[in-house]
Amino acid sequence: MTGAQLEKILKKHDNQSSNILAILQDIQASENYLPRKTLEEVSQRLLVPLTQIYHLATFYRTFSLTPRGRHVVTVCTGTACHVKGAASILNNLERELKVQPGETTTNKEYTLETVNCLGSCALAPLVVIDGTYHGRMLGTTVLSMLKGEKKGASKKS
Amino acid sequence: MHLKSPDDLEQFRTRILEKRKAQDTKKRVVLCTGTGCRGAGALDVYDAFKKALGNKSDIEFKTTCCHGFCERGPITIIEPEGIFYQRVTPETVPQIIAETVKKDQMIEELLYQDPQTEEAIPAEKDIPFYKKQNRLVFGHNRLIDPTQIEDYLAVGGYQALVKALFSMSPEEIIAEVKSSGLRGRGGGGFPAGRKWESCSQAPGDVRYVICNCDEGDPGAYMDRSLMEGNPHRVLEGMIIGAYAIGAHEGYVYVRHEYPLAVENVGIAIEQAHKMGFLGENILGSGFDFDVTISKGGGAFVAGESTALMASIEGYVAEPRAKYIHTVESGLWDKPTNLNNVETWANVPVIIEKGAEWYSKIGTEGSKGTKIFSLVGKINNTGLIEVPMGMTLREIVYDIGGGIPDGKRFKAVQTGGPSGGCIPEEMLDLPVDFDALTEAGSMMGSGGMIVMDESTCMVDVAKYFTNFLKDESCGKCTSCRDGTLRMYEILDRITKGEGKEGDIELLEEIGWTTTEASLCALGGTAANPVLSTIRYFRDEYEAHIKDKRCPAGVCPALITYTIDAEACIACGKCKKECPTKAITGEKKVPHEIVQAKCIKCGTCKEVCPVDAVKVE
Repeated sequence: MTGAQLEKILKKHDNQSSNILAILQDIQASENYLPRKTLEEVSQRLLVPLTQIYHLATFYRTFSLTPRGRHVVTVCTGTACHVKGAASILNNLERELKVQPGETTTNKEYTLETVNCLGSCALAPLVVIDGTYHGRMLGTTVLSMLKGEKKGASKKS
Repeated sequence: MHLKSPDDLEQFRTRILEKRKAQDTKKRVVLCTGTGCRGAGALDVYDAFKKALGNKSDIEFKTTCCHGFCERGPITIIEPEGIFYQRVTPETVPQIIAETVKKDQMIEELLYQDPQTEEAIPAEKDIPFYKKQNRLVFGHNRLIDPTQIEDYLAVGGYQALVKALFSMSPEEIIAEVKSSGLRGRGGGGFPAGRKWESCSQAPGDVRYVICNCDEGDPGAYMDRSLMEGNPHRVLEGMIIGAYAIGAHEGYVYVRHEYPLAVENVGIAIEQAHKMGFLGENILGSGFDFDVTISKGGGAFVAGESTALMASIEGYVAEPRAKYIHTVESGLWDKPTNLNNVETWANVPVIIEKGAEWYSKIGTEGSKGTKIFSLVGKINNTGLIEVPMGMTLREIVYDIGGGIPDGKRFKAVQTGGPSGGCIPEEMLDLPVDFDALTEAGSMMGSGGMIVMDESTCMVDVAKYFTNFLKDESCGKCTSCRDGTLRMYEILDRITKGEGKEGDIELLEEIGWTTTEASLCALGGTAANPVLSTIRYFRDEYEAHIKDKRCPAGVCPALITYTIDAEACIACGKCKKECPTKAITGEKKVPHEIVQAKCIKCGTCKEVCPVDAVKVE
C-alpha cells in the first residue's frame, strides 16, 4: 500500500485511534490482507502500540495477516448449511485443494475459508466463490465448478 | 427538502400520497432484491426487467428487500392485484410483461402451488406461509424500496416520532414502552422500558443509544432483513428512544458480513439528515440526535452488549463483568442503552397505536410478535412473524409446510448456538421467552433450525460446541476450557471412542461452564450439550455403547454399501469416488471396498437410483 493510499484512509477516519477497526477494514479491503509495513505505519501515526493492532488483527475473523489467493472460496458453515451437508462439501474442498480453512494453496490460486452464516439459509448449503453465491450445493458440484464446469445455481450478488 | 415542523411533514406526506393515489390502479412490478433473493439470482432478473421495460415505460418497476419467503426467491409481485410469482428467472421476464402486465393473464408455472392440494395460489395473502402470520414489524418490507424515504413516509413513517416529540414527555414515552411489555428481541429478553428508564435516570450529561445489528447467530437473519429492507423504521425507533432517554448520539453496529445492510442504513441516515429527521432541531422540536455506523469485524461475541461497546471504542470485543451496568457506565463509560434491531423496530408501532393495543398481542409474559427465521429441514424456508405464544407445531407444519421428502421431524433448535433442541413431544409448546427457557432452550434472536430423522443430535451438539469454543473470547477459564473439553469429549463420542461416564462428565462440565462464566455466551454455552442429553440421551448411548450413529451421520460409525439389486451398474459412483474405492463393470453391480472408503458420501450423492445405503 502506498503512503498516499494510507493517508487517504487515515484522513477518512479523522486520524482517530478509536476508529482503528474501520481503518484496518479499509486496508484489508484494499490489499486483501494486512501488510506488516502498513500496520507499523498505522501504529506510529495513531500512537497505537503494534501489539494492540496485532491483538485486533488476530481477534476478528475478517482480517488476514498473510496475502490471500487469487480466488477466495468460502463455505458457509451456519447451522442451516451444516444440517444440509456443509461438512461434506468442506471436506471435499479440503481434499481437493489440499488446504485447511484459513489457508491458501501453494500456487496462491485459492484461499479456503468458512463463514458462520450469510443469512441466505434458503439456499443452504451455500458456497461463495469470489463473492458470487452458489446455492443448494453438493460436494460434487462444487468441485466441478472449481474446475470451470459451471453448474448449480450460480448468481451474481 | 428539509422539513422544519410536523406540518411540513404532513404536507409532504399528503403530496406523496396524492401522487401515488393516481397510480394506485396502474400496473406495478415489485421485485425482491434482498440478500436471500439475490443469492437466488434476483439481480439477473432485475437486469432483465430493466432491459425489457426500457427507460420510457409507464409501468412502474420497484425493488424492495426481503418479503420473507426466501425459499421461493426470486419473488416478483404484480400489483395492484398482488399476484405472487416465485422462482422467477430472467428468461420468464418478457413473458411476465407480455402476458400478466399487459394482458392480465396469469402464468400458471410461476404461481405458488399448495403442496397438499396441488392448487395454484395467485395472491400472496392466500398462501399458507403468509396466512397465519401477523406481520406487525416486517409487513412493510414488501411495500418499501429502502433507498426511497418517500416509500416509508407513504406507509405512515415518522408519524410516531412526531407524536413522541410533540405530544409526549420523555417520561410518558418510557411509561408507554414499559406498559407495552416489550422485551429485548436480541436474546436476553430484558424488558426494554426498564432498561430505558435506568439509562435515563443514570447520572451524567452524555448518554448514548446503540442499535445492535451484529446478528451472529448462524441461521438467524431477521435483523439483517429489517435493516436492509426498512432501515427508517429502525432509525425512527432509535430517535424516539434517544429522545426518551436523553441521548444525542447513537451508533448502529452492523456485521461486516452484511454489506447490503451497511449500504442501506447508510443511505437512510443520509436521507433522514437531509429531510430533518436526524441532526439538529429535529422537525423544529429542539431535540438534536445523530447516528454513526460502526462495522463489526466478524466475532460472534461482539453481539454481547459490553463486547460490542468495546469494539466501537476500537478494542477487541471482550465482554466485561456485568455488575457494572451499561445503562450507567457503557460506551466510553457513559450511560448507554443498547437494543437490537427488531426491538427498535417495535418502538414506532407501540408509540403510534399505544401500549394497550400492543399488549393485547402475545402471551402473559411476552408481548407483541416475534420474527423467526425458519430454516433447516423444512419445506418453506424463510422469515416469519407470528404473535408470541403460537405453538411450534403451527409454526413447523402450518407455516413451514412440514418436513421435506416425507421424513420425520426430530427436533427444532432455537436460540442460536447457545440455545437448545426441542424434541417432537414438545411440539405443542407455545413459543415465548419463558416457555423456551423452561424447556432448556431460549428465544435468542429467533433462529429456528428444524432437524429431521437424518440429523444426528450428538453431531449437532458437537457442531455448536465447536462454534462456541472458537468464538469464546477466552477471558473466563470456565468458558474457554469448558467448551474445549466438551468439544473433545463429543468429538471422541462421534468417532466411536466414547466411554462409560462421558455423558455424566459432559453434564458436570456443562454445569460449571454455565455457573462460572461472566457473560451470557459462557452462561449458555452448555445449552446445546445439556439440552440434547436431556431429550436425546438414547442417541448418545447408541454412540457410546453400541458404536452406532442412528441418524447415519458420524463417518466413523457408519458404513456405505451398495444394494446389489437396486444398482443399475451405471458407473457414476465409480467415476466420482475420490479414492477409487468402488469396483464393478458395466452390467455388474458395483461394490464398495470398505478399506479404501473415506465415507465422504459422494457415491450416495451421485447415485441416480438411491442404491447406496448408509448403516
